[in-house]
Amino acid sequence: MNATALPARDAMLERAWAVLDTVPDPEVPALSLRDLGVVREVQADTAGGGVEVVLTPTYSGCPATEVIAESVRAALEDEGLGPVKVTHRLAPAWTTDWISEAGRRKLREYGIAPPAHLGSGTQPIRLRPRGIACPRCGSADTERLSAFGSTACKALHRCLACREPFEHFKPI
Amino acid sequence: MAATADSIRLNLTPPVRYVLRLADTALIHAQRLGEWCGHGPVLEEDIALTNMALDLVGQARALLTHAARLEGEGFDEDQLAFLRDEAQFLNLTLAELPARRSSAHAPGGDFADTVLRNFLLATWFKLVWTRMAASSDTELAGIAGKAVKEARYHQQHAGDWVVRLGDGTAESARRLAAALERAWPYTNEMFQRDEVDAQAEANRMGPARDSLAADWQREVAAVFVEAGLTLPAATPFVSTGTLGRHSEHMGFILAEMQSLQRAHPGGRW
Repeated sequence: MNATALPARDAMLERAWAVLDTVPDPEVPALSLRDLGVVREVQADTAGGGVEVVLTPTYSGCPATEVIAESVRAALEDEGLGPVKVTHRLAPAWTTDWISEAGRRKLREYGIAPPAHLGSGTQPIRLRPRGIACPRCGSADTERLSAFGSTACKALHRCLACREPFEHFKPI
Repeated sequence: MAATADSIRLNLTPPVRYVLRLADTALIHAQRLGEWCGHGPVLEEDIALTNMALDLVGQARALLTHAARLEGEGFDEDQLAFLRDEAQFLNLTLAELPARRSSAHAPGGDFADTVLRNFLLATWFKLVWTRMAASSDTELAGIAGKAVKEARYHQQHAGDWVVRLGDGTAESARRLAAALERAWPYTNEMFQRDEVDAQAEANRMGPARDSLAADWQREVAAVFVEAGLTLPAATPFVSTGTLGRHSEHMGFILAEMQSLQRAHPGGRW
């Protein structure tokens, strides 16, 4: 690789990341794909002349997986960064710990309680989430209504202080 | 009349069998859970059962794709799911049993059967994925590392319901105990060992089924104590779904699950 190509490549990758910061998650559009932590790598695709994006799925059966790949491809190609190669990588498995701080703030503003950080420890078998802070009034006096919700990644809760229902992004 | 799709026949080597046993158990279990769509006893549970089915279908897709790759004839996940005949499906028989029709008010069958089976299978799957996350086959390790998080949540949820029914009303406790009596003989198959298991264990591809028995019993027994259920006595019967010999219910599931792809080969939307 010659001396001028390297800065050009870096600039291209920086632009690609900036574009990915504007592509919304199809099921939680308050979050960008970059916030969600599903973009694992962006690199120059030397063979194709464009970029290669490595994505990881959130849940095994998440129906948004295909839509996400397509919107990544379309957004980058619209910015002239094509041809775009999208590959999927399963390991290491996606964790909600990869949701960025900006993403957590956006979730809260959107009315979804963000997931707690898991760290590296294993979880107990019977885990009943308690005291998930209400994203509207901040009260920890909340209860879970349903372990599953409108998408694979969320559960339904309600606030006993302000009486509003809200969704919780399940920590996995 | 449109042509119908011909069945495919896989070359069932031991590694292909090993992966298919897991893939098919996840797929058929998902199909049974999916039957509750629109029939759940409460809305939250309708959503829960179908969400769990969705996770299982996702796991089955990844596993079927991998089984096809190991098999080497160039088939894909859809062909494996929709064009194999019954004898080539290798799921645990437990996954294919229908929920018993308890009354006219339960069009999807007895919810206790579904709750209990889901708990028994989720606990088993969680143990499989936990061990398989260290598989020498990196694709299987990746699938397992993801699936274990989902199975753990399924186990928690199903376990909560086992306690709720077992420690609930006299009627819910009676029905859960009856569901356990019906399911229990089929759990033996979860812990058998044959040359497929032995080879997977030797190659460090994944655990042999018999190695899961002690942990499974311990985890199941802990929840049963809370639910007021006692572990039934061991029975000699061993079901044979993992060998491709199924109960009388399997053909009906496949007829429903495969009808679209059989009638419209390669159909997409």
